[in-house]
Amino acid sequence: MIPGDFEYYRPNSLDEAVKLLATHGDDARVLAGGHSLIPMMKLRLAAPECLVDLGSIESLSGISENGGDITIGAMTTQHEMIASTLLTEACPIIRETALLIADPQVRYCGTLGGNVANGDPGNDMPALMQCLGASYLLQGPEGSREVEARGFYEAAYFTELNDGEILTGVRFPRPVAGHGYAYKKLKRKVGDYATAAAAVMLTMDNGSCTAASIALTNVGDTPLFAQAASGALAGTAVDAAAVDQAVALAEGITEPASDGRGPAEYRTKMAGVMVRRAILEARERAQ
Amino acid sequence: MSKQQVKMTVNGNEVSGEVEGRTLLIHFLRENLGLTGPHIGCETSHCGACTVDMDGRSVKSCTLFAVQAENADITTVEGMAAADGTLHAIQEGFMQEHGLQCGFCTPGMIMRTHRLLQENPNPTDEEIRWGISGNLCRCTGYQNIVKAVRYAADKLNETTQEAAE
Repeated sequence: MIPGDFEYYRPNSLDEAVKLLATHGDDARVLAGGHSLIPMMKLRLAAPECLVDLGSIESLSGISENGGDITIGAMTTQHEMIASTLLTEACPIIRETALLIADPQVRYCGTLGGNVANGDPGNDMPALMQCLGASYLLQGPEGSREVEARGFYEAAYFTELNDGEILTGVRFPRPVAGHGYAYKKLKRKVGDYATAAAAVMLTMDNGSCTAASIALTNVGDTPLFAQAASGALAGTAVDAAAVDQAVALAEGITEPASDGRGPAEYRTKMAGVMVRRAILEARERAQ
Repeated sequence: MSKQQVKMTVNGNEVSGEVEGRTLLIHFLRENLGLTGPHIGCETSHCGACTVDMDGRSVKSCTLFAVQAENADITTVEGMAAADGTLHAIQEGFMQEHGLQCGFCTPGMIMRTHRLLQENPNPTDEEIRWGISGNLCRCTGYQNIVKAVRYAADKLNETTQEAAE
């Protein structure tokens, strides 16, 4: 399988990359880790005439903390996030999620930016970023702007990202120390997308849940932030009744496709199972 | 079709060649350099038969363009044995433990094992299985591959220990 022909550019700076995109317009695509785009190009489902490889732009990689916010550069790989001591200590759900993506070789190449910007509802990081309350940092010819992950996704492969814009990084508030977390993913085999998956973060104080956040992967056209389900946990002891209600509310917002991963009804139920397991584990882990 | 020049280090040798932007790394290695150790299996980044080591990462060379490997340091299975033909401990492990039958997946398995053992010199069987989860074998049932990795880890650790003494 050979992709169509294209012009290849490897700029050293973000400015240069933005200019290249502006020059080539619709014919150009950004290349990050390439593990979604290159397979699509090999299948000729994508045939960009110009690729702008972000691989040499050093400012797009790295994980840092500043003023209570954690910022991850778009070109940071899944492998780098798994290996990060800052993330493992401050926000371990990222490592837990990244380890469920594809396989080791893919994680050495696959990037956070590519995973969230592509708009594939099967990707795991978008729902996690919604769960974390993250913002995406976008850079275009007109300057930079920030869009919340919860408002970024419009439909499968359609996002708030405008033509000519590059997603340069992701920023989220450092989660409260002692928070509980879990990412639960049902998949048929290593490397598969989720049949259904759920990200849960919650904070407990004296046996009562003071904040909760739930988001779902691959049970709709977009990642789904389960606002009502999150609200059903807040203010409760995360007891059986609250968990049942959160699960029901989360199931209620799913609109999965019937496909090789199962009929829609099954995938909705599996989303509920993943939410339940993630809540219970998050509660267990919360201090 | 515009062509461009690429240069990289492969198995310790500086190499260069003229490629199209769309030339995949696996094709550059096999067709331009004649290194047919890395295999073309599924072509969809699932099977891992094309795995090579690139700048300290195991990568699937069917899912990278050769131009992305500009200035990279690459090792293929051809670069594992010593110059005199003595097998690398990992190759020896696959031989001693019967870690292959048809051998198609083996170059990828060996290159993945190489990086896995650099990062985790003493993995548990479970860590080995997760570590090679991006490499498919349709013959062995993996049992002997896990044993081969274990053999290589033990032998490499022994050598490191001897060197320290």
